[in-house]
Amino acid sequence: MRHLLSIGDLSKAEIEAILDRAESFAEVGRRNIKKVPTLRGRTVVTLFYESSTRTSSSFELAAKRLSADLVSVKAAGSSVDKGESLKDTVATLSAYEPAAIVIRHPHAGAAQLVAGWADAAVVNAGDGKHEHPSQALLDVYTLRRRLGALKDKRIWIVGDVLHSRVARSNLIAFKAMGAKLTVCGPPALIPRGLEELGCEVEYSLDQLGEADVVYALRLQRERMQESFIPSIREYATHFQIDSRRLGRRQLLMHPGPVNRGVELSGEVIDSPQSLISEQVASGLVVRMAILYELLAAGDETPVPATGDGAGQPTPIGQPA
Amino acid sequence: MSASEKVVLERDDLRRTLRRIAHEIAEKNPAPDALAIVGIHTRGALIARRLHALLGELTGSGAPIGDLDISFYRDDLGAKSPAAQPVVHASHIDFDIGGKTVVLVDDVLFTGRTVRAAIDALFDYGRPQRVQLAVLCDRGHRELPIRPDYVGKNLPTAREERVNVRLEELDEVDEVTISELIEVSA
Repeated sequence: MRHLLSIGDLSKAEIEAILDRAESFAEVGRRNIKKVPTLRGRTVVTLFYESSTRTSSSFELAAKRLSADLVSVKAAGSSVDKGESLKDTVATLSAYEPAAIVIRHPHAGAAQLVAGWADAAVVNAGDGKHEHPSQALLDVYTLRRRLGALKDKRIWIVGDVLHSRVARSNLIAFKAMGAKLTVCGPPALIPRGLEELGCEVEYSLDQLGEADVVYALRLQRERMQESFIPSIREYATHFQIDSRRLGRRQLLMHPGPVNRGVELSGEVIDSPQSLISEQVASGLVVRMAILYELLAAGDETPVPATGDGAGQPTPIGQPA
Repeated sequence: MSASEKVVLERDDLRRTLRRIAHEIAEKNPAPDALAIVGIHTRGALIARRLHALLGELTGSGAPIGDLDISFYRDDLGAKSPAAQPVVHASHIDFDIGGKTVVLVDDVLFTGRTVRAAIDALFDYGRPQRVQLAVLCDRGHRELPIRPDYVGKNLPTAREERVNVRLEELDEVDEVTISELIEVSA
């Protein structure tokens, strides 16, 4: 694995390998010293052109827990404010020879572009309405821990699917793991032709009872230039997941941040069925596993050889 | 597998050897309550489990046992092809190692790099009073100043040779053999 740009680039086996690795990092998190020296001496750059709490903080902490040096750049307060282009910013940061660049950008395809410009491994931490592969991985991880396997589990993705990169990446990942998918929301917020991805489409919550997992999406008001819904209140009346609609055996997920009282009612957020804080905890270990997979698990670009390669030390852990 | 494979420890030899190491551990550590056994994945962890059982018979006390995966502490990351990357096992040390005498257990002691990594990993769990090292075979060729406290068998080997430890739990037989390493790549 050279970059993590789209969840579609990963096979089921590759997804599972990353999740297994994440389990090992979960064990590291239970130690006295929650840090391992794996990426010592390597630099990780996080470059966020959109606001983020969970994704940015967990990628930063993941890099630190792996002992990498971290440069964290937010568009606000950086030279981006002064009009520097993405390409120039990436060129500038590449001068530090980072091993990985984690990028979030409001435009689809930004991570792909950066991957073409930089030598570093590039992680797409969200590009516009396109993809958010690390979210999909952490959601599969969270569900796998709870359910064992996702095969034949019925997952409903509810809400603003049109503007959601999480929906896109998660549909691909859940599908790859064998789950049965239903997408639900007001017609204006459901992209056309979604059935071709192999999921069912519903325009009301009437059949929500069949779901094993309810995955609610945030109503992305900042991406809505025109009116997609009559009003927030009307949306909430028809599509809010509340304790009346959420059955006791159903699990609830949300990528955060939640509009409390819009897509979710306050009481379901804090209910025992809610996996929302587990998702955040999973984010850290899964992102450690992603960085490990890209930077340490060995790929076609070995660490730059210094010297003539003579006197190579014996690899450890080999059969002696 | 190489055509010339020489058995150096057979089933009964191997078991006698482990029994002797268990006696030595008990002798050197008169306070069994302060003892903890930690095996290094994969075969070191299996040997640790056997030593732990033997020690239990000898002293009647149940020292805590754990295992360590050292993947995150390796000094050769990125230098290997993906296929050669080891499977990652999680470590399991669910007791406090602070103040304990920890006996690290591995199957073969060679360059000492695995043990270096294991000691680093161990210290992320706490501060042991003392760390001892038990190995089934010491084949020499150390690259680090590391010395075992308990050795099952000293095996003089050439660097190109390969020591194979096979254990019933994984390999269906108990034996140690030496074979010529087949040249894989330059």
